[in-house]
Amino acid sequence: MNFIPPDFTPASSEIFMLIMVCVVMLADLTAGDNRRYVAYLLTQITLLGCALLTFISFSTEVTHTFNGLYVDDTMADILKLMVYATVSAVLVYSHTYISDRGMLKGEFFSLILFATMGMMVMISASHFLTLYIGLELLSLSLYALVALRRDSLVATEAAMKFFVLGALASGFLLYGMSMVYGATGTLHVSQLAQIIQSEASSKEVLVVGLVFIVAGISFKLSAAPFHMWAPDVYQGAPTAVTLFIGSAPKLAAFGFVMRLLVEGMGEMAADWQGMLVILAVMSMAVGNIVAIAQTNIKRMLAYSTISHMGFLLLGFISADSNGYSSALFYVIAYVLMTLGTFAMVMLLCRNGFEAENINDFKGLSKRNSWYAFIALLLMLSLAGIPPMVGFYAKFSVLQAVVNAGYVWLAVVAVLFSLIGAFYYLRIIKLMYFDEPETNEPILLNSDVKILLSANGFAVLAFGIFPQTLMGLSLYAIQSSM
Amino acid sequence: MSFEFPLLSLIIWLPIVFGIAVFATGNDRNAQLARWISLVGSILGLLVAIPLYTNFDSTTGAMQFIKNHVWFERFNVNYHLGVDGISMPLILLNCFITPLVIVAGWEVIKERVSQYMGAFLIMSGIVNGVFASLDAILFYVFWEASLIPMFLIIGIWGGPNRVYAAIKFFLYTLLGSLLMLIAFIYLYLTSGGSFLIEDYHKLSIPLTPQILIFVAFLLAFAVKVPMWPVHTWLPDAHVEAPTGGSVVLAAILLKLGGYGFLRFSLPIAPDASHYLATMMIVLSLIAVVYIGLIALMQADMKKLIAYSSVAHMGFVTLGFFLLNAYGIEGAMVQMISHGFISGAMFLCVGVLYDRLHSRQIADYGGVVNKMPVFAAFFMLFAMANAGLPGTSGFVGEFMVIMSAMKVNFWYAFLAATTLIFGAAYTLWMYKRVIFGSVASPAVEGLKDISRREFVLLTILAISVLWIGVYPYPLTEVMHTTVDQLLTHVSNSKL
Repeated sequence: MNFIPPDFTPASSEIFMLIMVCVVMLADLTAGDNRRYVAYLLTQITLLGCALLTFISFSTEVTHTFNGLYVDDTMADILKLMVYATVSAVLVYSHTYISDRGMLKGEFFSLILFATMGMMVMISASHFLTLYIGLELLSLSLYALVALRRDSLVATEAAMKFFVLGALASGFLLYGMSMVYGATGTLHVSQLAQIIQSEASSKEVLVVGLVFIVAGISFKLSAAPFHMWAPDVYQGAPTAVTLFIGSAPKLAAFGFVMRLLVEGMGEMAADWQGMLVILAVMSMAVGNIVAIAQTNIKRMLAYSTISHMGFLLLGFISADSNGYSSALFYVIAYVLMTLGTFAMVMLLCRNGFEAENINDFKGLSKRNSWYAFIALLLMLSLAGIPPMVGFYAKFSVLQAVVNAGYVWLAVVAVLFSLIGAFYYLRIIKLMYFDEPETNEPILLNSDVKILLSANGFAVLAFGIFPQTLMGLSLYAIQSSM
Repeated sequence: MSFEFPLLSLIIWLPIVFGIAVFATGNDRNAQLARWISLVGSILGLLVAIPLYTNFDSTTGAMQFIKNHVWFERFNVNYHLGVDGISMPLILLNCFITPLVIVAGWEVIKERVSQYMGAFLIMSGIVNGVFASLDAILFYVFWEASLIPMFLIIGIWGGPNRVYAAIKFFLYTLLGSLLMLIAFIYLYLTSGGSFLIEDYHKLSIPLTPQILIFVAFLLAFAVKVPMWPVHTWLPDAHVEAPTGGSVVLAAILLKLGGYGFLRFSLPIAPDASHYLATMMIVLSLIAVVYIGLIALMQADMKKLIAYSSVAHMGFVTLGFFLLNAYGIEGAMVQMISHGFISGAMFLCVGVLYDRLHSRQIADYGGVVNKMPVFAAFFMLFAMANAGLPGTSGFVGEFMVIMSAMKVNFWYAFLAATTLIFGAAYTLWMYKRVIFGSVASPAVEGLKDISRREFVLLTILAISVLWIGVYPYPLTEVMHTTVDQLLTHVSNSKL
């Protein structure tokens, strides 16, 4: 019997990543305490290398490999490139924070890289098991990251909660997948679509399975009513980890939803559309209303995430490439804003002082008018005010919703985003209208300074010239479907 | 002309670029530099707007000075600019008011000068963008963006209750505009993928969606105008805003709502406009009569002028929905004239406030003894506010009352009561503040207006009188456009 080796090229960046994770771990072991930056640099090099590999293998063709377990298409390439960029930015932003808190160790970097690899697998999986493995690789790394400060009570509690609820969600997902397998006899995403289309399967079992899958996805996306873990984890985790959890995994989650619901079960859109409508409305309601009551900035941003995830789900409701590309644009814009916002929170942290309360933003414009201006751009963008990119994200999703005939849903969505505008405005109010509580200068490394400024201006620039991102999203979706 | 000079783009972006330059001067050590840059910027902004008037072709109702580029093709959105007889006077008004506001804040604003001046310049550019946009999304972006500088101006330099006022201002306006966005998206889809406002004018829409679109627009514009009963943000915002903020708010930002009715509500939903005209007229008359009575009761000068603004803007909406040429032209004249008069009134209150740090009528009395020149100016503007013939306040009101008479005697009757109420609340306030014996040692110590204030008030006084005596240059440019609009509105789109 002949052994034909599979085509490794579509997975070259994942393979490179795996090798480099081992290198980072070993290098950190030998580096010693005064040369911790080695791991940091190696991690950045890894991300750069992955980006190069992905870029080289970039093609508009859809390539399957490993017996159809794995797929490489335009959407996967674009999402992966975004993930690398996001993770790299996360590392730049959090470098000072973690070294101040004694977390600048090899574990931090290798866990982040493992999580990144999980995301890459999620994005490129075309089989339910691969999807699941990617998701677990991501989730397990995240649990460990949250618990990285093992002497911190809140962090441990957050990690426990995250782990238990995350495991439950994985259980839901697996149960749903097994139902789907029972009904169709396959776990391959592409075959699944064909079998569902041919109506050779039992619809009842499929729909029950779908319910569990959607519930599992909602857990991971932190969409209401499966959002309970998000505020606690966001609050409890070290801010650097919160920044990571809040940003790149959302890109992967988008890919995950695309593979599972759209590519695998797109034929059942009529069934999941209704579920997504409920999830979206509940998320926007819970997220926006509860965020008003928060005084902890990280909790507030967690609820803001929940509401944004609701908006993101709206993009899927129209079940066409217009809607999916709007959702992709939304998620990219969202990640851009979240990165900057959490970086702002970290910027207010000093050695030994954790910026947790929204009052820590008080008088920022007097302490440093430049950072206050960047934060102003970010907050306005989160609130969806033009000419920031957040507006165009909301606009394109709303357009898809109205196009799908749900005018009432669009009205509900804008009313909730009006409520949401209030708590973003409150941050602006604290920064600009109030007097500072402390006059300690804000010291930043120049790389953070440049990146943060670039981040803030990207929010404005992609708002003034939104075509780049919009066109890219549309291109990614259209050439992958 | 083969070479098309991007005049409108210049009018929009020149103040914004200067605004950014002013920001760049940084903290208050360079305050004087910031002031001068903003003055130069605002005057240049006015100068580049003059060709808009001199080269304007008043024989056509079509859009002029058109500039059209693709902005983002994903949704077929264009950077499409142009003006007609409705938007051109409003752009000029805006460019005219901006230098006055800069000068008005010259010595008064001592903290964060560069941010204050920069915010006004940027807002001026954004507002020009609102008036010049012919693409719905471009319009929406400018429309919403204008909230940001105003929000900061009220919140940073405002009075004691400024935070409440700033957030109320922002959220009220945002509520209306978000529904307008959905109306735009709906129109985009029914028109087969166009955000061009002129395409919407031609689109035929059944009555029910027309009414819904009308209501969505109404919420956006009624909040901005503001019409009764969504006017409550205005007194709060006015009272808390610094003088310059009040002037811009009253003179410019309220006009955005009125402009919206003419550019969107009437031509896009003409049948709904006819269908709901009675309701709109009733709301406007409530604003004129009821708010006039409320203004009578105010103890705070700024609040009084704010309520009088609501009443005067009631005339504007009344004029629009009478749906005849006199009504709409009168309403347009009223908008421009209100821009001058309310701006001047707020400047006058600002002059007093800068000296005594009080806006309460009761704290004044006998000011004429100490500030005779100021009292004379204030007299003129108070008379104009009351609608005295010979001032610009009279022209618009008279035209609207005339056209109301054509439609219904009682409309005209109720509208005309404003001449009584307006005179009552304005002159009564004037009497209590200016006349009588010197009320307190603080008033005793008042100094008459400085040269800077004199120049400001003189410019406004000339404008008020000029439009009052010879409004022809103003009505001439808008005549053809208004006629064309009326013809358009009288044709059913069902």
